[in-house]
Amino acid sequence: MHLVYPAVLAALLFCVGLYGVLARRNAILVLMSVELMLNAVNLNLVAFDVWLRDTLHAGQALTLFTIAIAAAEIGIGLAIVLQVHRNRGTADVDRLRDLAEDAPDPDTDHEHREEKAEAAA
Amino acid sequence: MTGTALSALAAEHVSRGFLSTSGVEIVFLLVGLVTLGAAVVTVTTRQLVHAALWLVVALGGLAVEYLLLTAEFIAWVQVLIYVGSVVVLLLFGLMLTKAPIGRSPDADSGNRWAALGVAGAAAAALVWVVVDAFRTTWIDLDGAPQGSTKVSGEILFRHWVLPFEALSVLLLAALVGAIVLSRRKKEEER
Repeated sequence: MHLVYPAVLAALLFCVGLYGVLARRNAILVLMSVELMLNAVNLNLVAFDVWLRDTLHAGQALTLFTIAIAAAEIGIGLAIVLQVHRNRGTADVDRLRDLAEDAPDPDTDHEHREEKAEAAA
Repeated sequence: MTGTALSALAAEHVSRGFLSTSGVEIVFLLVGLVTLGAAVVTVTTRQLVHAALWLVVALGGLAVEYLLLTAEFIAWVQVLIYVGSVVVLLLFGLMLTKAPIGRSPDADSGNRWAALGVAGAAAAALVWVVVDAFRTTWIDLDGAPQGSTKVSGEILFRHWVLPFEALSVLLLAALVGAIVLSRRKKEEER
């Protein structure tokens, strides 16, 4: 099999994931796009491992490690997203602007003050 | 020496031809098109639950690609972990964040055209470089499978034991971290 097919497919999948990460607004959709990017890298690793006929099969071992790390990442990421949703009432990455330089939204500012009051009390 | 290498390359060209098609290649191409289409729908659809379901198609297609590349063990791990657990987790996340079931008009943020430009430029550059670099390279899929369960087990527990154990510690830490993060604090503790 020509090596170009898996390599090009991996590159295109990576770019689709890149578009999703940049363009999506919901944090969980961003996580899905990250999964797509990780899978593109996995396909590359497997294709090059099979091409090189590595005796240690480093590519396949690394693919398994990447899959495990992706599972851990999705667990932690979802926990963080749920916590943000519980605190702010939204999971949109556009609306989390506490560290932005321009004036923050009045509702987030209000929540911020509430949090400060809670911390003081 | 260069002459012999060139002649060998020419012989290889004659024996295989540029872009010679075999059955595996055709299947790989078709499944790849399905995978890519499902991935595009995943990042563009406005229905959030449908995005997760199209992600299943994309990840399943990738599992088939692994099978075609004779990496059987990774294909089944892909089905088990991605299709089985990661997508279910994502669906749980969508439900728990009260995602709208129908169309949501604000699924894409305002900078989608900039994102499209970045992704298109990256795709053009990557595809150009990859095609240019591996134009005359073939994967030899004949012979024993490269990633059968026996081979994977042997290499994993003979050469990669230490990273494997470190990874299990990392998974345990992630598990504990996820529990700590998502645990609901009691009111009197605040």
